[in-house]
Amino acid sequence: MKMKTRIYSVLVENRSGVLCKVAGLFSRRCFNIDSLAVGETDDPAVSCMTIVSSGDERTIEQIEKQLNKKLDVIKVKTFSEQQCITRELMLIKVKYNKNNRREILEVCESMNSVEIVDMSKHFMMLQICDAPERVRSLITLLQTISIVEVARTGTLALSKCGENDETK
Amino acid sequence: MNGADAIIKCLEAEGVTTVFGYPGVAICPFYNSILESEIRTVLIRTEQNAAHAASGMARMTNRPGVCAVTSGPGATNVITGIATAFADSIPLICITGQVNSELLGSDVFQEADITGAVESFVKYSYLVKNANDIPRIFKEAFHIANTGRKGPVLIDIPIDIQNATVSKFKYPESVSLRTYKPTVKGHAVQIKKVIRELEKAKRPIICAGGGVLLSQAEEELRSFAELHRVPVVSTMMGIGVMPTDHPLYFGMVGNNGKPCANRAMNESDLLIMVGARVADRAVSQPDLITRDKVLVHIDVDPAEIGKNAGPTIPLVGDAKHIFSDFAKEEFVCCCDEWLQILEQYRINMMPRRSPNPDFVDPAAFITRLSERMDEKGVYVADVGQNQIWSCGYARVKEGKFLTSGGMGTMGYSIPAAMGAKAAAPDRQVVAVCGDGSFQMSMMELATMRQHDIPVKIVVLKNNYLGMVREYQHYTYKDHYSVVDLSGSPDLEKLADAYGIPFLRLENMKGCDETIGEFLQGDRSVLLECLIDPMDLVK
Repeated sequence: MKMKTRIYSVLVENRSGVLCKVAGLFSRRCFNIDSLAVGETDDPAVSCMTIVSSGDERTIEQIEKQLNKKLDVIKVKTFSEQQCITRELMLIKVKYNKNNRREILEVCESMNSVEIVDMSKHFMMLQICDAPERVRSLITLLQTISIVEVARTGTLALSKCGENDETK
Repeated sequence: MNGADAIIKCLEAEGVTTVFGYPGVAICPFYNSILESEIRTVLIRTEQNAAHAASGMARMTNRPGVCAVTSGPGATNVITGIATAFADSIPLICITGQVNSELLGSDVFQEADITGAVESFVKYSYLVKNANDIPRIFKEAFHIANTGRKGPVLIDIPIDIQNATVSKFKYPESVSLRTYKPTVKGHAVQIKKVIRELEKAKRPIICAGGGVLLSQAEEELRSFAELHRVPVVSTMMGIGVMPTDHPLYFGMVGNNGKPCANRAMNESDLLIMVGARVADRAVSQPDLITRDKVLVHIDVDPAEIGKNAGPTIPLVGDAKHIFSDFAKEEFVCCCDEWLQILEQYRINMMPRRSPNPDFVDPAAFITRLSERMDEKGVYVADVGQNQIWSCGYARVKEGKFLTSGGMGTMGYSIPAAMGAKAAAPDRQVVAVCGDGSFQMSMMELATMRQHDIPVKIVVLKNNYLGMVREYQHYTYKDHYSVVDLSGSPDLEKLADAYGIPFLRLENMKGCDETIGEFLQGDRSVLLECLIDPMDLVK
């Protein structure tokens, strides 16, 4: 079976317990969650859950159908990675000294989406907001230096701007 | 008016006649208010059976059955009943009391996170946090439970909310749920496609599941099959969709089904699956039902279509609507030759059983019992070997055949039969169980007596958990483990203790007289039939 990655943008009622119901659906039916990001939309009664999942053709179709069955789910949109713009935010704390400082700054410069957002005598915190694969490559680059801790959001995604986008 | 009064008002507005349940402190405001109502309360002896009884009632009335239990253990006990209803898409409203809302989450006495616990067995659940929400929530709950793919809805109500003042009670006339709009009408293009396939087909067949009964589409399906002479088979949950001896009905499919039904399904060139999940017991090899044939899958739940087998023509909608739409189409379907072949399969079906004359032959007994039952009688089968014998040999006429097909919950038959009898007191209701399943709900004999719900009970007694014993016979070469039911009570004394007439049938001698006596009158009777412990379903 060919595994595919699929992004689900799920609009749900902004109520307590809904995240648990959606996450529970994935675990009960043995669907993968590669990443999950949740936040309120412009309408405070509605949250948007962005779920990255993977599976064969039938699984991918079942995920969408099962999500649609949940009564707290308002709308499910799905897209492939090519059909949407994806972003992830990561904060990463590194330990620096006079030997590696230059190297860290070079990494920041080479990836122009990286900023230094905090600094002390021995530590600095970097921020990146970029496509998920670029976030991963920043980790790879810094792993050889000295990562102290990392916090990252799940992937956010919206379909690319088309001619047929409906306004609400 | 307080919250509990409001709940009762809601139940009255929904036409609820009976509530099965078990009180406890957390549901006491509800049980206090219900005294002022015409609604009948039935004190069941364990909460699981409250849900089963509500399920039996729902299956007779086509309205959600209602049960009400207390918090904590009351609520957790009812879960098996809810899961049983969920697996068979039976509409239920399950009301659970809950601890004071200010104490939620603090693990106080008899607190259980029931909405969390039942999440994967309910269609939806509510935790009521404001008494003024009660009318809306009940209106929504009844709507959700009984539309689209039906199922149980749980409403958890903290005791303080039941006691809180409801400022203004108004039962809503309609629901507005932006996230819930089930598709009932089939897509016209898909319907046309099915008709084109029926015109082409040489060997069409309809496989009817429980969904046909749930949408009350029996008439539509039967007249369609008769008009176009299309043969019909059913899943276990679909038994009763047509009278068993209808010339176009070829029996139940599946690994415990009729060989001629399976052969008919596998050799067809057009298979119309309707209201069936294509689960493992009915279709053990889903690739067989898609190979060399056109598969049409009709279901009100789009997620069922393509879940276990990829159909050629998916058709989302309610069976009743779709068969009414089929009836509007004019076409000719020629399958007389196919019907002759199937008739031959039916005739050639080997009578496989060589019953032991020292015992009751369950197959012959069930055939004769069901033949003698009223035209509109209700046959409730339990789970185990008795269920497979019942499915294979019960003759369903214009009545009903009820069983727990999806979950296979032992002990279902007695409480479900009580629910059916409470719903339709003028119908004859017979529960047929084994000695294992009987002992899972024999405490309900008291409920039957207390509330005068005269259900007739057959216990096929073989002193074994027969279905498991049979499995161990084949799989572990008679290496039996934990299947011997020694220590079971003397059923005659037990029946006497409950004041219920008792009959025993030891072998086939006098079978007809005993059945006659058993079925006579509208009264509870316990009939024990002695079955060869080594008997097998096949």
